[in-house]
Order: sequence, then C-alpha cells, then structure tokens
Amino acid sequence: MATLNVNGKDLDVTDVPVDTPLLWVLRDHLGLTGTKYGCGVSECGACTIHIDGEAAQSCVTALGDVGRAKIVTIEGLSKNGDHPVQDAWREHNVPQCGYCQVGQMMTCAAMLKDNPDPSEEEIEEGMWNICRCGTYNRIREAVKTAAKEMQNE
Amino acid sequence: MNNPLQQLTLRQLIDKSRVETEVKLPLGSAILRRDFLKSIAAGSLVILTATDGTTTVAASDDLATDKNLSPSLFVAIEPDGTVQILAHRSEMGTGIRTALPRVLADELGADWNKVVIRQARGDKRLGDQNTDGSNSIRFFYKTMRMAGAMARTMLQQAAAKQWGVDADRCTTKNNQVVLKGTKKSIAFSKLVAVAINLKTPNPETLKFKSSDEFQYIGKNFPITDLDDILTGKAVFGIDARIDGQVYAVIARCPVVGGVALSYDADAAKKVPGVIAVIDLPRFQGAPLFQQLGGVAVVATGTWAAWQGRDALKVKWDEGPNATYDTEAFSAALKETVSKTGQTLRSQGDAAGAIAKADTQVSATYSVPHLSHAPMETTCAVADVKTNDKGDVTSCYLKAATQNPQAVQQAVGPAMGIPNEQVYCDVTLLGAGFGRKSKPDYCVEAAWLSRILKKPVHVTWTREDDFRHDYFHTISAVHCEAGLDAAGKPVGWLMRGAYPSITSTFAVGADTPATWEAEMGLTDLPYNVPNIQVEVGKAKAHTRIGWLRAVCHIFQNFAVSSFADELAQAAGVDPYEYLLDILGNDRHLDLAALKLGNRGANPNEYPYDIGRLKNVLSRTVKHSKWARHADLPQGQGMGVACCRSFLGYTAHVVEVTVTKEGDVSVDRVWCSIDSGTIVSPDRVYAQVEGAAIMGISQAMFGEMPMKNGKAVHSNFDGFRVARMTDAPQEINIDIITSDAAPGGVGETGIGSFAPALCNAIFAATGKRVRDLPIKNHDLSWTNQ
Repeated sequence: MATLNVNGKDLDVTDVPVDTPLLWVLRDHLGLTGTKYGCGVSECGACTIHIDGEAAQSCVTALGDVGRAKIVTIEGLSKNGDHPVQDAWREHNVPQCGYCQVGQMMTCAAMLKDNPDPSEEEIEEGMWNICRCGTYNRIREAVKTAAKEMQNE
Repeated sequence: MNNPLQQLTLRQLIDKSRVETEVKLPLGSAILRRDFLKSIAAGSLVILTATDGTTTVAASDDLATDKNLSPSLFVAIEPDGTVQILAHRSEMGTGIRTALPRVLADELGADWNKVVIRQARGDKRLGDQNTDGSNSIRFFYKTMRMAGAMARTMLQQAAAKQWGVDADRCTTKNNQVVLKGTKKSIAFSKLVAVAINLKTPNPETLKFKSSDEFQYIGKNFPITDLDDILTGKAVFGIDARIDGQVYAVIARCPVVGGVALSYDADAAKKVPGVIAVIDLPRFQGAPLFQQLGGVAVVATGTWAAWQGRDALKVKWDEGPNATYDTEAFSAALKETVSKTGQTLRSQGDAAGAIAKADTQVSATYSVPHLSHAPMETTCAVADVKTNDKGDVTSCYLKAATQNPQAVQQAVGPAMGIPNEQVYCDVTLLGAGFGRKSKPDYCVEAAWLSRILKKPVHVTWTREDDFRHDYFHTISAVHCEAGLDAAGKPVGWLMRGAYPSITSTFAVGADTPATWEAEMGLTDLPYNVPNIQVEVGKAKAHTRIGWLRAVCHIFQNFAVSSFADELAQAAGVDPYEYLLDILGNDRHLDLAALKLGNRGANPNEYPYDIGRLKNVLSRTVKHSKWARHADLPQGQGMGVACCRSFLGYTAHVVEVTVTKEGDVSVDRVWCSIDSGTIVSPDRVYAQVEGAAIMGISQAMFGEMPMKNGKAVHSNFDGFRVARMTDAPQEINIDIITSDAAPGGVGETGIGSFAPALCNAIFAATGKRVRDLPIKNHDLSWTNQ
C-alpha cells in the first residue's frame, strides 16, 4: 500500500504495483479523471500535474517514485476554479474540445510560478504541450493575461 | 460505371452498409421518450419538432403514455420556468452543444441562465446525429428556430388570453412574455399550465424573429462546458464510468485483416490486476465499423491491462496486406495518373486544346496517408446484460462518439439485437476530426462486456490510435493546362488516383467516388473552355476513412498550387491571375456538371463564383498583398481560395524560409463566407484551428506504411504542430450574411496548404508538389 498526498489530502492506494504511472493511479484508482492521457511517453503534456510545485508528466512518473511529495492536479489547482490561469483561459475562450487544456493550464501555472514575466520566446518554449484543435494563439494570449494577473496579486 | 458505390453519397453509403448488416428482428418498445421525460418536471410544456417540420406539443404527463408520438428535437418549459433543450449533436470542440440550443433559446426568448442543456442519446427519430461533414448548423438551424417559435407562440397566446389582447401584441424576452408598448410582463413559469391546454398553432402560421431582433444568434458567448473543462470536471469518453467497470487494452494485428496465430495468455494473466484474456473475432467482409479483431486483456486498471497486453507477445498471420509499402504505392499512383482514367467531367476537348496551346504546363502532386490523432484516443464503456442462454437482454454504452446512431448500427448486429435496443449516451469528445464517427471501439467494448458480464471500458493507447486508424487516403493528382499567348488557360486536364473511402464499406471498391472527386476536382470553378477530369483505380490496403476536410486536403492542394504555377508561367500576379480565371460572377451549373452539392438545394446553396471572388479579394486586401512583390528573398506570400463544405474561404500565408531551408509560417489571413453565423467566436476558433491543423498536415503530416504496418506510433514520429510552429498572427475575417448556413469546421482547411506552398515558392523559387514540406530541401543562396 502507498499513501499519496494529493491536493492536500492523504489518499491510500492499495493493490497497485509501484511501477504503475501516477496518471493511471490518479485516474483509475483514485477517481481523479481531470488529468488526461494523451501519449504515455511525455510527448504531449496532457497529463501534466505538479509534484512539489514543479510541472511533471504523470504518464512517466511511477507511483513508487513519488513518496510523500505534494501532488497537485487540476482538481486542486484552485478551490473555485479561479486560479489566474483558469480565469485567463476563461477570458480568452481558449478551449475547443478542451481535452488538452488541463495539461496546458498546469504547465502554464508552474511556468508562471518560476518565471512570472516570461518573454515571447520563453512562453513558446515553456508551453510545449500539444493541442490538436489548434488553440495555440489563444493560449499565448491567455498566458500573458495570467502573467499580468499573477504579478498584480 | 465499374464501381456502383461511386454514385452513392457518403451518407447513403453508411446507410447501405447498415441496412446490409442490420439484424431483422421485431422492434423492441422504444424507451427514448420515457428516458427524456424522467428528467422533466410534471406539468411541463413540451415541444417536439421533427426535421420534416412536423411539430407536436404536449404536456409532459400526456407524453409518457402516448405511444403514437414521434419525438424529435425538443424543448420543455417546466412549471418553474426552467427551459430544457435537447442537444442531439456531439460536442468535439466546435461549440455545437451550445450553439444549436442558443438558436432555439433566442427564438423562444428564453433567459439563457434558465436553460438546461441535455445531451441526447442515439436515436434515429431525432434526425441526423452524425456530427460530421460540417453539417450541424446547416441541417438544424431552421428546426431549432421552429421549435423555439412554436413554444413562444403558445406562451404568447397564453399571456394574451390573460390580458385579453391579441397575441400579436405580445413578444418574449428573458423568460417573460411582454405586452408590447407597456411595462406588462408575465413569467413563462406562470403561463405553462395555460399553454399546455391551448390548441397547437399551425407551423405554417408561425412568425419568426428578424435578425435585428436576435439576442443570442450571431453574438459571442462562452460554451456551456467551459467551466467544467477548466476545472477538470468535464467527462470525456476516457472518463466515462459505469459502476463495477473493468478496463481493457487490446492487441490488434498491425496489418489490417491479419489474425492472431498464437500468444502467451499465461504471461498476461501473471501481470497483477489482470482478470481475463479474451479473443476478439476479425471483421468479416469489408471493414465497415466492425471490430478489427485481436486479443483483449482485461484488468482492474488501464495500466495493468496495458502491461498484460504487452506480455501476450502475439504472433500474427498478417494476411495479404502485409506487402503494402506506401513509397512504392505512391509511385504507382503517379504512374496511374499519367495515363487516361475514367472520365467524370468533360467539357470541350481539353487534350486537343492543350496540345494546340502556346504554352503547356503540367505537374503532379501527392499527399501521403494522414492520421486523425485527436488528443483523446478512441474510448468507450459498455454494459451488456445477458440471460441464462447467453442472449443479450440489454446493451448500454457511454462513448466519445460523433455518431451515436452509428454506434447503434454497429453494436446491434454484433450483439444480435435490434439497433433500437442499443442505448448510447454521448460524452464530450477530446476532438474527433472524423475518427470518432467510426465506432469500431464501441463494438469492442460491447463484445467484451457480453463475455465478462461486467461493464468494460476500452481505451485505445496512442500507439493503437496511430497504428489502427481509419487513415486519410494516399493520393496523386496530375494537372495539365495549355495557355494562350496572353497566358490564359484554354484547356485544363486533371487526373486523381487514391484509395476510396468506399473501400471501407465494400470489398474490392477501387475507384474514387464522384462525391470524393467533387471535393476539389470535378467542381473546378475556373472559367476554362475545355476541361477534362478523370479518376484512376487504386486499391486500398488499409482502412480508409474521412479526416477533417477529406478530399479537399489533396485536391484543393493540387488545384490551387497548379493555378499558382500557371500564374508564374504566364508572368501574372497570382491574385490577379486567380481573379481572372475565376471569370464573371455567376453560379456554376451544378446539374449540368452532375455535382451532388452535398445534397444541398442549389437554389439555397449555389456554387457562387461571386462569393468566392469576394473572399479572395477581401483576404488579399487585409494582407496588404501588394507588398508581396517587394519582399526580400527568403520571404514570401501565397494565396489560394476554394469552396468547401458549402462555405467559401481564401487564405493568404506569409512565410520566412531561412537560407538553411527552415520554414516558419509568420502570418495568416483568412476570409470565410459561410452565410448565417450563430457563434462568431467559435467560427474564429475553428478557422484558427484549421490553420494550425493545416500547418500540421502540410509541414509534417505523413504516415508511411512498410510491410503493411504504420511506421509511426506516437507524436515523436508523427509530428504535429506545437506552439513554436504557430503563426504570430492569424487574422480572420468573417463575411456575415443572411444566406443559408454553410460549413465551418472543415471549410478552413482547403485553401491553407496551397497558400502556404505558394508562399514557399515565392520565398525560395522551390515548388513543393509532394507533401509534407519537411521532406524537401528548401535551402537557398542569394540571387
């Protein structure tokens, strides 16, 4: 049995091998389906979560490697869906199908925490997640809006 | 005609395959109505409007017992004023789940905050649910307005009765009937009980709002699922859950049509969490939407099933398609289009005119197989119940599907039950692009659930998605033209060859269908006196499916690239040249050209050259096109236009190509005219997305096959656009009008790739005729 700290709560995980990627533990065993599967090999970013405040791809992070680290998923990014990144995504009507946007927002939130005022190049480099609907231009604008908001906080 | 399927539309083709596979059993009692009604409060006013215009109005209490009602699209106004609207099309990112209910709400005068949108199950009585072909607004705009107007009229009559005035003096706004010219109003909630007992108005007498009265139509608004998406609460197919469900991952033969010879079931069962290993039968005859077949591993979680699948180490009999090699096949297609094919359009004597012309130009273009690769792979959960004899007694699915009726049509025969007894709820789709209108994965889930007597969730891994897609076809298009002394084309000949989508529905179908050729070839809009369009044979060796924009992807690429090549040969500005060869404002004679026009009435949806020229001219103006001639070497602008899915687009693309040959798409302009627009912001979003998908397809898109197997299995091999590939600007210009609504979702694709390649030519002098662009050396030296 493992005990994970997810969104500020301790959650027990039983009968799951330690090499299981955290993505599937969250989704299939803890019922936290907000984190998405996209590629399984850290190529697309759909499964991005925060581990001790850093963006991490849960599809390539084994359960056994997490220990007592603090895990934050989209379900715990904010209490009322009002993290500045979520607000910015709302303001720019970013999502089309919406599937990748959880990962996009988690990537963005971690990036802005480390770098509150990213340049255009840093945004392009940091926001590497794939969106097949093609919302990149709106994501770019939403990142800038969120950065401004977080600087004012 | 050597292929009888050629004459069928895609829709007819799917219907035909359904009829041929449908199990002939007496229909079970339909429970659709009761399912809907369960959620509607007693005493509600319910309006049911069928797509043929027939409308039924009833109290919810009566509906539950009236077996003769034929429910279609509905709105229910509950005694507390809640307005329930049924969304019967699938949401995959276009915003349709919001847009169509907004149309109804606007005509009704509903307060959007009191509207509850309910997602419909698959049911053919709802009309077309195949969310595909950029059809949703086109098919249902009028129907939704009809239902809204019917409800509004009855509420107005109820209020008029109360006030003792003529109903014409009443109007509605924000869930209230208002007496015009006064401050008097009555809430819908207080009128429902009276309205229920009124006589149903004749649909012919209904009065509709004029466009200047619209409160919602044509205005921007957030999609109804926005907050759920932003907080991770949105339920996609991969998130669908049924109590007690287990998880399956399936080994399928990497070559279409192969079967498992042997595998190590014991090794799979040793993986902790694995519950069962189950054989899945191979499809019979044409693939249709049947399961591919293979070996399923079922477990307590997706990962355990996946590990179990890998432990199977299946040995396959790969079958006859194992010789398929796309490099050789592409060369063979080019050989095919170099020779005379089957004529689909002939006007004058193209070959003769070309031979006699002052200048001859010819070019052959090719586009490889492409994958759909929606961010969410195909996923469904099924719960099938059986009796002691093993007969299926009920079948329920939750699926990320573009077409829940196709789910019924595919799962029904597989389960041996009538289609109507397959109940399919529709989740949100993590995009579809055409992949999720083909429900082979739903059949897999149902098959496994029947055997295991448990709900089974089937998840396709990304590798499964890339290896076992219904691929976009592989194509060659040859173009020849003869130019007169002034550089104008006097003869134009085109030949296309590519495995047809019809091959997925009929064994041996080996010729492009007329409706495929019509997406860019036979509907050539240019005013050329002699035109010849032919298609050549091409046998399919994998499952061929439709991908967003379908044949426009390669046919408009060829046509609009070739027009640019002719402009260069004539020494004329490409825009001026296009405008000139498009000719006078006129409507193409669709009947004479035997064009199906997607089944749309030519009076409502003419092929209007004037509108095509208008989008072209507007895009060019917005891009400040004239500066293209002054750009330095390594920078270029390209232009292209087309009519696609009954909408008109033109693109100007501006690129930079480094001396080393690296291409960046700097700026994009697009004008789009699709007539009536319900949601401008979502039209912008679709056209923005189409530019990004256009970059993916044109720059990187390629799924090679060797030994019958897809070469790439993830995004590291099948490259798609990321933010670094996105243009700095995508400038979109929507032409708004009261014209009948055309397509949007697919319309933005067709003119993008040729405009991009025309820009690359302008920048480098190098012509890309074989996509993708990444395979070409575009380096240049100063001249």
